[in-house]
Amino acid sequence: MNKIETRNVNLYYGDFHALKGITMSIQENSVTALIGPSGCGKSTYLRCFNRMNDLIQKVKIEGDILVEGKDIYERGVDVDELRKKVGMVFQKPNPFPKSIFENVAYGLRVNGVKNKAFIEERVERSLQQAALWEEVKDKLKKSAFALSGGQQQRLCIARALAIEPTVLLMDEPASALDPLSTAKIEELIYELKNKYTIIIVTHNMQQAGRVSDHTAFFYMGELIEVDETKVIFTNPKNVRTQNYITGRFG
Amino acid sequence: MKALNTAKIHKRKLRNQSLAFWTFGVISFGIVAILIVILSFILYHGFKVISWDFITKMPEDGMTKGGIYPALIGTLYLVAGSMIFAFPIGVMSAIYINEYARDGILKRFIQMMTNNLAGIPSIVFGLFGMSLFVNDLKFGASILAGSLTLGLLALPVVIRTTEESLKSIDNSFRIGSLALGASKWQTTKRVIFPMAFPNVITGLILAIGRVSGETAPILFTVAAYFLPRLPHSIFDQVMALPYHLYVISTSGTNIEASRGIAYGTALVLIMLVLITNLLANALRRYFGNKVKMN
Repeated sequence: MNKIETRNVNLYYGDFHALKGITMSIQENSVTALIGPSGCGKSTYLRCFNRMNDLIQKVKIEGDILVEGKDIYERGVDVDELRKKVGMVFQKPNPFPKSIFENVAYGLRVNGVKNKAFIEERVERSLQQAALWEEVKDKLKKSAFALSGGQQQRLCIARALAIEPTVLLMDEPASALDPLSTAKIEELIYELKNKYTIIIVTHNMQQAGRVSDHTAFFYMGELIEVDETKVIFTNPKNVRTQNYITGRFG
Repeated sequence: MKALNTAKIHKRKLRNQSLAFWTFGVISFGIVAILIVILSFILYHGFKVISWDFITKMPEDGMTKGGIYPALIGTLYLVAGSMIFAFPIGVMSAIYINEYARDGILKRFIQMMTNNLAGIPSIVFGLFGMSLFVNDLKFGASILAGSLTLGLLALPVVIRTTEESLKSIDNSFRIGSLALGASKWQTTKRVIFPMAFPNVITGLILAIGRVSGETAPILFTVAAYFLPRLPHSIFDQVMALPYHLYVISTSGTNIEASRGIAYGTALVLIMLVLITNLLANALRRYFGNKVKMN
């Protein structure tokens, strides 16, 4: 089943045509990797799904972007509600200067949850899902800044999971981390796809190969090719895809 | 030959370096020295005068004897009054400018105007306050009129420092919060402002320092030449330390006899600013740690 569908999406930063007629669908409970050289539009495309591009001035978006069959750019769409459903993890871990517990509880609190027992239970579950619980369960009141970079990133994943999104956007989530932490995040992505639809932007081809079911290759604002990951990596149809994944440019 | 050259260049580099080092060093110490001279001069003359009685007694014998109690209390009232007015308004404006306003003509206009406000001479504030608050709004010469005038003067300081401290917060925190479905206001209230708070407090204290020493804005709006009693309401006049200092040094009943009291007053005024600064540092450290912890 298609969780997200985009039809002929064009995006402009002022005069710059950043996304050119992207039509693509994303399957539920699968991992889709967006790859391509820097500036190809893959992160811009990712940020369309939770309307993060709204925060940038002079952005114009055309076309339809449907999440669960609903056009999210329609008039009257509640952006805060959308962002509850479509969670996001960023390149650089960005925990708040609060305790570990409060970081995970934040999404619940801003969405009006007051029940203490409910929050505690949800925080624990989210940290378990993010494979961080065992490492932090004795220091939930400690500052999140005291964690390592890899732990902080898993905390940010737990923070996103706490409000029970159905889609998780990940913008190069492991690019600022050491290999061991990267392996942990990748393992985690593999676990999470049972419950979530995951879209991950990555510069790391091996990573895309390891974690994703589908891979989309972007180049200069265009979607060149999208297919099952194993097809893209073994038998790409387009010569530019082939050149990119074999490392001839990028 | 080549080796000789590098040795020469190296020597010159060292010489230039030590020259720069000494010049900058001497200049820095010069500045500190000036401050120390002023402080020790006032301390030396003022310390003899200061006593518990000096800060808790009314002035006596045409301000040549007694204390400065009403002026001290007056200044405290004025500082508090001006901050009650300037702090919330300044912080709210800064939040608007930095968190809400989109880049454009309106935002640039507001920023330019706040900067201009900071550049207006304080006597102009004084005259403006007199014509608007004292005369037009009929507050009379009063704590209210004086506080509002001083508040106007402090407003750009509060706005600028709050704006700077908000601006220094990395955007990733805003984006992280918004991505969790938080509104802009929730993001500002729960994440951004608490992070900026230690520096906002510093701005507040800077404004207090500025306000407590100002004479011109209170000259026509509140300050009393001699009023040996405490105010009963915000519509009363008060004495104030900087104006008292000015009065007893230039137009008192007996300037020579008031000299000691003048040094004492100056010392109290400086101590007041110094204590607020120390307090600000302590508060900043306290809240700085708290922000990291929670």
